[in-house]
Formats: sequence, C-alpha cells, structure tokens
Amino acid sequence: MNPLRYRPVRSMWRPLLPALMVAVIGLSGGAFPSVVAAASHVVEQQGASVRGDEVKKESVAESLPAPKPKRSDYPSIGVSSRAVVWVVAQMHLFFGALVLAVPIFVLVIELIGFKTNDDRFDDMAHEFMKVSLTAYAITALFGGTLALSLFLFYPHFMTYMMRAFGSQVLVYAVLFFLESILLYIYYYGWNALRYGNRKWVHLTLGLLLNAVGTTLLVVANSWSTFMMAPSGIDPATGAVIGNIWEIMKGPLWNPLNLHRFLANIAFGGAVVGAYAAFKFLAAKTPAEKAHYDWMGYTSNFIAILAFLPLPFAGYWLMAEIYAYSQQMGILAMGGILAWLFVIQAVLICTILLAGNYYLWTGMARTEGGERYRWQIKYIAVVLVFGFLVWVTPHNVIYTGGEIAKLGGGNHPILGPLGIMPAKNIAVFLMLIFTFLSFQLYRRADKVITVAWQDWGNALMIVIYIVASANVIFAGVYYGYFTNTVYKVGSSVIQVVSTVVVIVAGVVIDTLMFKGAKTLPVYWGKVSDRSQYALFALPVAFTWLMALMGYIRSSVRTHWHVYTVMKDNSPENFIPTLQTVGNMVTGITLLFLIFVLFIFWIANLSGTKQIPPATDGGLTAAENTA
Amino acid sequence: MKALAKPLGFSVALILAFAAVTYVLPQMKGEAPEEKAVDVGELTMDSFIALGENLYSGKGTCTLCHNQLGRAPDLLTFNVGKVSLERISDSRYQGKAKDSESYLRESMLQPSAYVVKGFGKKGSNDTESPMPAVDQAPIQLSEVEISAIVAYLQKKDGNAVTVALPKAAPAAGKKDGVAEAKPPQAQSPEEVIAKFGCAACHSILKTQSAIGPSLNDVGKRLKIDQIRASIIDPKAEIAKGFPPIMPDFPTMTVSELEMVVKFLAQQTTAQP
Repeated sequence: MNPLRYRPVRSMWRPLLPALMVAVIGLSGGAFPSVVAAASHVVEQQGASVRGDEVKKESVAESLPAPKPKRSDYPSIGVSSRAVVWVVAQMHLFFGALVLAVPIFVLVIELIGFKTNDDRFDDMAHEFMKVSLTAYAITALFGGTLALSLFLFYPHFMTYMMRAFGSQVLVYAVLFFLESILLYIYYYGWNALRYGNRKWVHLTLGLLLNAVGTTLLVVANSWSTFMMAPSGIDPATGAVIGNIWEIMKGPLWNPLNLHRFLANIAFGGAVVGAYAAFKFLAAKTPAEKAHYDWMGYTSNFIAILAFLPLPFAGYWLMAEIYAYSQQMGILAMGGILAWLFVIQAVLICTILLAGNYYLWTGMARTEGGERYRWQIKYIAVVLVFGFLVWVTPHNVIYTGGEIAKLGGGNHPILGPLGIMPAKNIAVFLMLIFTFLSFQLYRRADKVITVAWQDWGNALMIVIYIVASANVIFAGVYYGYFTNTVYKVGSSVIQVVSTVVVIVAGVVIDTLMFKGAKTLPVYWGKVSDRSQYALFALPVAFTWLMALMGYIRSSVRTHWHVYTVMKDNSPENFIPTLQTVGNMVTGITLLFLIFVLFIFWIANLSGTKQIPPATDGGLTAAENTA
Repeated sequence: MKALAKPLGFSVALILAFAAVTYVLPQMKGEAPEEKAVDVGELTMDSFIALGENLYSGKGTCTLCHNQLGRAPDLLTFNVGKVSLERISDSRYQGKAKDSESYLRESMLQPSAYVVKGFGKKGSNDTESPMPAVDQAPIQLSEVEISAIVAYLQKKDGNAVTVALPKAAPAAGKKDGVAEAKPPQAQSPEEVIAKFGCAACHSILKTQSAIGPSLNDVGKRLKIDQIRASIIDPKAEIAKGFPPIMPDFPTMTVSELEMVVKFLAQQTTAQP
C-alpha cells in the first residue's frame, strides 16, 4: 500500500466534515429569530419571562390565519397560470434531480477508481460530471423562473409559504451558493487534484458537495410535504404556530426524502446512460465504442440498482399518506387519480423490460453468457405476464348491453386482476426476475470454482422458489380471502420476500465468486439495438417522474395547503387524463430538447478546431515552428 | 447527426406512445366542490333528501370509502336506521346519541364514538376511526348539509325521516361554511371600525368611550406590531386599568386587519 495515499488518522475525519457542515447549517436555522419565534408554543415554554413577552408579541403578530384569496384575487396574464407553473416546476425538478444525483454516483465511481488505481473510472466519473455541470445552470434558471412565476400567479399562497418557512428560504439560498462553489471546484479541480493526497482533498470536496446537495433536496422537499400534510400550524385557521423544525418535519417529509433520493439516482443514471448510448452510436473507433459501452453499462447498473428499492420507498410514502389522511390515500389509489396508475404500470414495465433487455444483450460481451441464455425466455414470460396483470384495470366504462353480457360491472376473470393484490404479485415477481437477470449477467463472465458451488446454486434456486411462492400466496390469500386490513399487511410479506432474494443473491454470489476464474469481457461488442434500451430508460423515467409528481401534487385537490388554504383559482380542478397526458408529454419533449442541448455542449467542450492551413499547405502552428 | 436521428425518433415515438395510453382511458374531470349557499326557504323535504343524496356521493366524499371495496361499511347495503339503534346499545359505543338521527349525526362529527369492528385505524383495536369529522377540512360540510345527509340515509331504507327541515338561515357568525351570510368586506379603515364596533368601547374618530383605552393616540403608545397583536389576540396583553372584555374578531379579513392597523398606527394625537 502506498503510504502517501493512506493516512488513517486524517482520513477518519474526512467523512465527518460534511456531517459537521450539515449540522452547522441546521443550527444556523436557529440563528434566525423570526423563524424560531414564530411559534406561540414557544411562548408557553418561555412563560412570563421578559424574553418570553417579546417573543409572545412577535409570535402573535406572525400568527395570522392562512389567506383566503377569492377567485378574483388571482392575477391573470392571459395564459394558464397552472400550466406555466406546472411546466417550469417540473423542468426545475428534472434538472435538479440530475444535478443532485450525478455527483452521488460520480463520487462512488471516483473512489472505486482511486482504490483500484484504474484511471478509466476516474475519466468516466469526470465525464459524467461534465453532463451534470451544464445541467446545473439550467436548474438554477428554471428555479428562478419558478419562484417568479409563483409570486406572479399565486401571491397569496407564496405570502403564506414565506410566513411559514421564513428565513429558512435564506438558508436554502446559502446552500445554493455553497453547492455552486463546491460543484465548480470539484469539476474544474479534477485534474489538479488527481493523485496522491490531493485525491483525498478532491474526494472530500465531492463528499461535501453531496452533503450540501442532499441538504438542499430535503429542504426543498419540506415545502412540498408541508403543502400536502401541513404541520406546525393551527389546523383551524392555518396560523403558523410551530417552529421551523415542526413545520418541516411533517409526516410525509422523510418518506418523500427517501423516495426522491433514490428516484433521483435512478433518473440521473438513466440520463447519463443515454449520453453514453449516444456517444456509442457516434463512436468511430473500437476504443471509443468500448469506452462508451462500458459507460452505458455502468449507467444502466446505477439506474436499475437505485430503481429496485424504489417501490419499497413508494410503499412507505403511500402508507404514510394513508395514515395521515385515508381520504387522500384513497383519492390517489382508488379515486379519480387511480387511472393514472395504469399509465404508471406501462411506464414501470417499460423500464423493467428495457433494463432486462439491456442485460440480456450485454451477455454477448462474454462467451460465458451463452450458459445462461436459455433462461431469458422464461424471465421474459414472467415480465410480460406481470405487465399484462399490472395494466389490467379493475373496471372500465361499459355500455348497458356490455354490463348485461358480463353479468355485472366487472369482468368475471379480468376483474380480480384489476385490484391491488394481483398487481402486487405482478410487481414483486417482476422485481425478483429482474434481479435474476442481473444475477445471470454478473455470473456471465465468471467460472465459479468453489467446492460448494452446487449447494450454493441449489440454495439460491430454493430461495427464488420460496420467495416467488410466498409472494403469490400472500397476494392471493390475504388479498382475496381476508378483509382490507390484512390486504395491506400482505405487502409486507411480499416486500420481505423480495428483499431476501436480493440480499441472499448478493451474499451468495459474493462468496461464490471468491477465486472464480474471470472470462474476458469484450466491451463494445454489443449490438446498436441494445443501446435503444438506454434511450428507453430515461424517456420512461422522465415521463414517470412528471406523472408521479403530478399525482403527488394533485392529491391536495382544491387546496394550496391541504385543509388550511384553499385553492380558489380558476384552475383548481383535476384535469382529464388526456390533459395530463398532453402536459406530461409536452414537458418530457421539452426536457428532451434541453438534454440534447446539454449533450451537444458536453461534446463541444471536447472539440478542437484544426488550425487553418497556410499557403504552403502547413498549418499556422507548423509555420511558426 | 445521423447517429442522433434514429435514437431521437425512437425517443419521441416512445413519448407519444405513453401519451396515447391516456387517450384510451376514461376521461374524468375532478371539479372542486362548489360553495353553494343552500336556500333553506325554498327547500321541500324531497329536495332536502335529494340534496343529501347528492352530497353523499359528491362534496361529502362519503362513497370514497363507503363502497363495496371494503374500506368502510357500505351504507347502501344495509338498513342504516335499524343498525344505528343496535350500535347505540352496543357495549363498545362511546357516544351520547339516543336515537337513529342523533347517532348518524354523531357518527359524522365524532366518527370514533363507535368504530365498526375491522374498520378502525391500524393498531387502535377498533377504538379509533380513520374517518375525518365531516364539518372539518377538507370536507367542511355545513350543519344544513349534514342534516340533509342524515335525512337521505334515513329515507333510503324507507325509515321515517325525523330530521326537521331547516327553516331559516343560520345566525350570522355561526359556524356554517356554506349557508353563512358573510358581511361585505370593508373598504376603508373607517368601515372596519364601524363593521367591528370598535367605537363602542374605544374613543376613535369622532366617538368617545371610556370602556377601553382611547385609540386616538394609540400610534404614540404602541408600535405597529403591538397594535396588530392586540387585535389578533386581545387577551394577550391587557391595558392597565381596563377590564379584559375585548372580543376576538375571527371574521376579520387579513386586508381589513392590515388596513385598520395601519390607520391606528397613524393616530398619534389625543383628541378632546
């Protein structure tokens, strides 16, 4: 080991730096008196002390009820206010997700490169950051436009939000400055801090960048979750009575934090995967093809790895929504918004099929892949059946004649497939079999040599069979033969079964790969067609993010802030699915245009103009020499 | 560019394919509940019951849970009047209702008074209902609307409707989100003072009163935040020598408050 590269005492402090910084930022929130003093409950704690009296007056003054704007109070500039905010907010979220997520896996890749002394990892991480850097400026532009749009179109709402969050928004602004500084130093300092101890400085900068980025994410999330499930307010009037921590820490905050954190990584991985695919298709040399094939594989790996636990995070978020307001939960999952989950099924299935297809075609990179090819058709069958069950609606709008023929509102066979237990079975089986694809891919370039390999394989097969049977049994028994309370409980068994497969698969493989013979992997030896899976992933992710963001926002129905501040604007209704589809499509296309711009810029930075030739056929540089 | 054209076409086609799915699904629009005042003078018992039926599946959002999917008891599948009497006599009943009408009303305002077995909040052992009180946000039904739903639930099974037809609009200031007749918004500080009867106790404008402290010089004695605070919460700080009798003004709008606060802050001269 190189002693210059490893100093245990100093390195022990390195991971603590970002944590310390977050703590300082968190505490700095307490330095803003108007935020802390906003609460009348603080008055109760302070009693009749002198300071308490001062705080009391201030807090009472600030405890104005939530505004109740009339329809005529909403400014109109002749375009749909909601559409403008919808588009701008979603674009800001897309780019924000990309900018916050990419440095997370870039840091991991950089660390791998450093530990393995493999410059390819370092180069790839640097190239990923190039994409993120251009996206950063666009994030800020859309963020600024969003703030201006909200103040312009919804001034009363923003007045209330500013009252609730007070100087926390300044903390957010400070974090944004910090993020900018760290991002630029991290990117532009890459080559200056590439080797030896300097690399540790660079890695620490990356860690700080991610700590600030994640703090930005959770701060902004608190605004969204406050609107959905307000806390720290008087429920009768909406008056702000809690301190900033009570306002931020609503029941949905942490579930949304986790969900967005994972989704951002999956999304970021998918977008940079499309960049790699684009570069692969445009590559002129085998070396370039090999590099971008490997980059695309890594991106897909990141996207799918972050995507696999997303349903569990989504389950937690939805469970908390139900616990907060059953009405809100049912509106999303069983009311007018429920139809949107049929589209969600199409999108997630597209992601799973594209991810699996990419893994299957990737087996062509190594001769060892042939051993597992026969299993692909069975995995495909499970995925397609899962997809079909997932998209089956519980009922559709029938004519009188059709109802008479069916003998009721639901189809006798397809009807039971339309409810959640059937869909849960489908989803969890699809996740289990996607992991199987991943496991086969990982095994494709290895020849296992451990003596207990037969037992290990048998154990893995048993785990797959038992977990699949468990998922099916829990779904059928608890879903169709018990009441609603147990239906929800069955999901826990299914989640645990799926997690057991994933964890056991990783552990068993890690042990079995010890001493395994590695077969050569021919990077770049994949079909051009396989790269289309890398385009399908970000397209589906983008559409999905826009759709789910809309659903999350729409469960508030006609409330700006649920139960305390009504939305009386002319557009306080839930639009039809077509309108939602058109909006989401338009936003996704707009994002695609901006992404192309980013790719072009990233490409441009590596392009050098050839010096013009002089009369003698020599370039200007050659002439000078 | 050639390398880009095909993937771009593929991506756009995929985006449009997703959009196409939204076109084959049923198209529904979710309108925000309309804040309609119920003209009780025009109500007949039939229209009152019809209003209840409308609210049951509309603004009341009852059918969101009370349906065949098992989230809550499907009230349309059994005789609610008869069952409510059984529940009053159940040992688990925690409420104060004596008859079907008061039980139904109570079940909407205090849903946890009786929780049907298997329908309680998770972990509450059926002692706590997940149902929100219907007079609170986000549902916010008025008294008249709640009565209409009770009447509908009684009528649907052929039971006698015991709910009295509302005779007149509820008194001003009474908690009734829909039927309440709101006073018009004041347009000037003088109108605010007149609207909320400040001059009944305070000397202000041309009126003299010694019940409360004079407001003619309040701008000299108190800062603007203190004036605002004393209107929002009059009992927070009582002026020396005066009784704590100033009421709250829950119907004062934010703009009225700011208008009168600004006006009072400018009152710096004691008038005779």
